[in-house]
Amino acid sequence: MTDYNVRRYDGTLYDTDRRTFLKLGLAAGLGSIVAACGWDGGNGVRPLLLDVSRLNDWVGEKILFSERRLAPQYDVAERSERLPSYFISPELPMLQNPSAWRLQVGGLVRQPLSLSVADLQALPRTTYTVKHHCVEGWSAIATWHGVAVSVVAERAGLLPQARYVRFDSFDSGYFNGWDLASAMHPQTILAYGMNDNILPPTHGAPLRLYSPTKLGYKMTKYLVSMTFTAERPGGYWEDQGYPWFGGV
Amino acid sequence: MTAPTGPPPVKRHHWIVRLTHWLTFVLLAGMVMSGLQIYAAYARFGERGGPYYAPNPFENKAFPATVRLGGWLAGGLNWHFTLMWPLVIGGVLYVAYLVASGEWRSLVFRPRDVRGAIEMQKYYLRLRREHPPQGKHNPLQKLAYSFIILLGVLSVLTGFAIYKPTQLSWLTALFGGFQAARYWHFWAVWIFVAFLIVHVILVFVVDPASLRAMITGWYRGRFPSHD
Repeated sequence: MTDYNVRRYDGTLYDTDRRTFLKLGLAAGLGSIVAACGWDGGNGVRPLLLDVSRLNDWVGEKILFSERRLAPQYDVAERSERLPSYFISPELPMLQNPSAWRLQVGGLVRQPLSLSVADLQALPRTTYTVKHHCVEGWSAIATWHGVAVSVVAERAGLLPQARYVRFDSFDSGYFNGWDLASAMHPQTILAYGMNDNILPPTHGAPLRLYSPTKLGYKMTKYLVSMTFTAERPGGYWEDQGYPWFGGV
Repeated sequence: MTAPTGPPPVKRHHWIVRLTHWLTFVLLAGMVMSGLQIYAAYARFGERGGPYYAPNPFENKAFPATVRLGGWLAGGLNWHFTLMWPLVIGGVLYVAYLVASGEWRSLVFRPRDVRGAIEMQKYYLRLRREHPPQGKHNPLQKLAYSFIILLGVLSVLTGFAIYKPTQLSWLTALFGGFQAARYWHFWAVWIFVAFLIVHVILVFVVDPASLRAMITGWYRGRFPSHD
């Protein structure tokens, strides 16, 4: 097994998780939902399971999610020692020329924007210490610093047709699609800092999406663009069968 | 051909009870198996870098593929989040039937059943020779069946606490936080499994006729009395 396409930053410390992630990566590489073990129900059942998953997305967004309800915040003293991260590229994604990086804000907006990290840092800053929930079942607490997506969206002038947001990265095409309500949640931010420091490359430098209302895989790292759309975008893991809404 | 010698058959279980009983058996098996698949992704309890909850003999252990359903994490999740619907709907239907029919009276364990439960336990421990008189269920059965309904409720609530720990943070906090809720959700599985084993043993050892009653609705065994 050498054809891994998921690299884990601190995999040596968590062998089981590393193996799990490698399995996921292998399954992705094969374009298959079936990994090395177990039975998934086969081609007859899978479409039904995905239909129910769409129903659960709807329940998650329309019934269980609230645009106003805020995630619990923690004291900085409660921060976890480490927060695992991963990327899908063979090597840690790093910019050749960080000063040339811009976030492209486009799609269904009146005024497309091209923002540098300094531009984003000049906007109103949101900071919180929250619990991170991974789809695998682990959790960890960290502090994040950034600007609310809603603030940037307001600057760009959202058009009424916009219903979804697509976040793209420079990590081998990793991307996510979000419902507009979750993206506009006051705690959904474009994070340029973590634990009182600038965002480290392992966690998506120079800019990543963060929200305590979503599972980890929904929070696109290594951002390059934020595009407002009328059609529902998929996502890297979502297109392989993970729940699309991914709300917690 | 022998002529029936025992007491005449008694109508024992309504079709709703029989349907939801077997539906729950199949769906709960699927929930447990897909749950074991999900567990494989992070086979321990506790925050990253923090202390783990004890005791957990299954810490960092993977269950064999034959008892896992879904093939990988996403598959396990999709099975789990699909089967939860008919399982919960069946559970609500069953409880609604118990309430509407008044049958809860012969099933729910109440303080007045304590005395009878002690007598029944004496009988099982051979401290008492004759089987105490009973209604549809003896007091120990009432205790077991009431408990298992509560365990089902607890499983659903801990499930919600894990599913939406941010939106339902009050519920998650009620169980001691996200990792503690995972822990209780996981342990409910082993109580269900233990219940299943004892339940099946008792059916075959004490009252095999009750199995047929749960399929056809008609009881022809040794304990035909009703409340």
